[in-house]
Amino acid sequence: MSATAAQDRWAEATQLRLTWWRFRRHRLAVVSLFIIVLFYLVAAFADFLAINDPHATDARRSFIPPQSIHLFDEDGFNPHVYGLRGVRDRQTFQLIYTPDPNRKLPVRLFTRGYTYNLLGLFETDIHLIGIEGGQRTDGIFLLGTDQLGRDLFSRMIVATRVSLSIGLAGVTLSLLLGIILGGVSGLYGGWVDTLIQRVIEVLRSIPTIPLWMGLAAALPNTWSTTQVYFAITIIISLIGWTDLARVVRGRFLSLREEDFVVAAELAGASQGRIIFRHMLPSFASHIIAAVSLALPAMIVSETALSFLGLGLRPPAISWGILLQDAQNIQVLANAPWLLSAAVPVILVILAFNFLGDGLRDAADPYG
Amino acid sequence: MNVLEVTDLRKHYPIHAGLLRREVARVRAVDGVSFHIAEGETLALVGESGCGKTTVSRCILRALAPTSGSIRFDPGQGGTVDLATLPKRALRPLRRHLQMIFQDPYSSLNPRMMVGDIIAEPLKVNGVPAAERNARVLELLDLVQMPAVARTRFPHAFSGGQRQRIGIARALALNPRLVVADEPVSALDVSVQAQIINLMLDLQDRLKLSMLFVAHDLSVVRHVSDRVAVMYVGRIVEVAPTDALYRAPRHPYTETLLAAVPAPDPMRRGRQMKASGEVADPAKPPPGCAFHPRCPYAQDRCRVERPELTEVAPGRWASCHRAQEIELTGVA
Repeated sequence: MSATAAQDRWAEATQLRLTWWRFRRHRLAVVSLFIIVLFYLVAAFADFLAINDPHATDARRSFIPPQSIHLFDEDGFNPHVYGLRGVRDRQTFQLIYTPDPNRKLPVRLFTRGYTYNLLGLFETDIHLIGIEGGQRTDGIFLLGTDQLGRDLFSRMIVATRVSLSIGLAGVTLSLLLGIILGGVSGLYGGWVDTLIQRVIEVLRSIPTIPLWMGLAAALPNTWSTTQVYFAITIIISLIGWTDLARVVRGRFLSLREEDFVVAAELAGASQGRIIFRHMLPSFASHIIAAVSLALPAMIVSETALSFLGLGLRPPAISWGILLQDAQNIQVLANAPWLLSAAVPVILVILAFNFLGDGLRDAADPYG
Repeated sequence: MNVLEVTDLRKHYPIHAGLLRREVARVRAVDGVSFHIAEGETLALVGESGCGKTTVSRCILRALAPTSGSIRFDPGQGGTVDLATLPKRALRPLRRHLQMIFQDPYSSLNPRMMVGDIIAEPLKVNGVPAAERNARVLELLDLVQMPAVARTRFPHAFSGGQRQRIGIARALALNPRLVVADEPVSALDVSVQAQIINLMLDLQDRLKLSMLFVAHDLSVVRHVSDRVAVMYVGRIVEVAPTDALYRAPRHPYTETLLAAVPAPDPMRRGRQMKASGEVADPAKPPPGCAFHPRCPYAQDRCRVERPELTEVAPGRWASCHRAQEIELTGVA
């Protein structure tokens, strides 16, 4: 009985469900999906998770090394950090921080910190964790601070917002261009197809870094961070759409010859019905897979551009901007923790790649 | 009365080369084919791969635009139309009278649609109301001997033979005047082939179907067709009523094809004929009779002069110079 029930379930499963069943078997992709969702959740609640104001500078706490939270003391469970004492080294003039065992700062959940706008809905100053009491320079610095005394952990968390959303915005724009131009190319063929394909080839033959440099240099200095953000998105997707256009074109070309499409045509279906009812659903899954592979490229592009100083500029915070601080070998030698901003980049890129692979394999449950 | 009359149909593919894309040669995929299909009749179009039989069927359905010739079709509303010259727009209302059964039952059904929707698709695009559609889908499923529960399932749940039944149901949904079956069983297992052939026989009987049945070998054709047309390199070399053609072929190529039909009884196996050599290239057909390089009966005349399709006996047409002289073997 249950065997036939399972069979019925399988027989009546839609494309989406079959894809999901197959995707679930791809362990690495499922883990990756989980990681990506986590990252986007962090991006959505970045300010809530951040401990210190990512923009607050203080010369008296520059280059603090990563600090850990002590969970227990002699009285049992009592999470705390120690206050830091900065002493300047007489020979190197470097600030050396040592924990002050007399100043125990208790770590509490849902403490008040800097004011921010939660999800653009309402203003609040509640943060997930923070310390109670202490001086103005005290704080929890899980990943240390940079030269200007800004907390790297909080900055990294806030940076996910820009870095991850620029990928999404870039891909959306690329997808729009790619589907329209690739669709026209594959559907109509002839000289339109030739023209679009040659344009793609020309675009792809231009070395990206000089092109970006030229375009980024053209952005007026007076533009606000938001304006630059959108301009960079457009610049990145200018190259990105070509890949997607090729995927879409290829799918259209192969589907046009598919018997079930011919059958619809022979039944007298209109062009629109053939495209939207028969062709688009057949390659939507491939598009999603292509998108998940295009996203990391976008994220890396933004990081690279910002790292080179061509993309977003401070005071905007993105992974590329954080890595910019790690450009100086002197700084890096003294504060190697600044390089930790590369970790989320690597993590997200790998996760997206595995997810894309899993999706691509699952996308065609009939293949 | 004829449902379809094809006269001197040609489909040439130009080969372009060089910088200026000048035409250097033509592939004559179909080169002057004429035949007719009477109402309620099944004509089989047989030939090896690359002989142009699929091109003929695609031209009739206007999935391809023919180079020249006429395809007169009677949609059953008085008068005929020439499908060869009709613009695509004017063609759409006629589509419902001309349906197709595909070769590959796997790629011919949209995997994203439920079987019920697949069968109802031709009804839907031709404006049949929903209630009527449902009733008709059930009727069609019953007609092709499929259970009614198939309606809510997806094609992946069915075997090749079952899928082909679904394809047949879809082709019959609109009660077409003519069904073009493009090798409907060649992708199936032999045991399943028999089931589908039986189903088609049954449907012919019940619905008085007119059908063009395209096949690449003569073994399946015998049961379903009233007449057989044999094609070789873009031309028809022999047309005859099925029984007559099997008993006594009048073209050496037909004899070769018949010899290739597997005989279940080794005692009854006749002289083994093997076609030596390859099928001629339709871009460079040999001079004279296209079959002469492979023909055991070829003479000097065959190498220079192309034979025309002539009536060699009442109702029997063959294009062979020696049709009246040589004695050819058929199958019992």
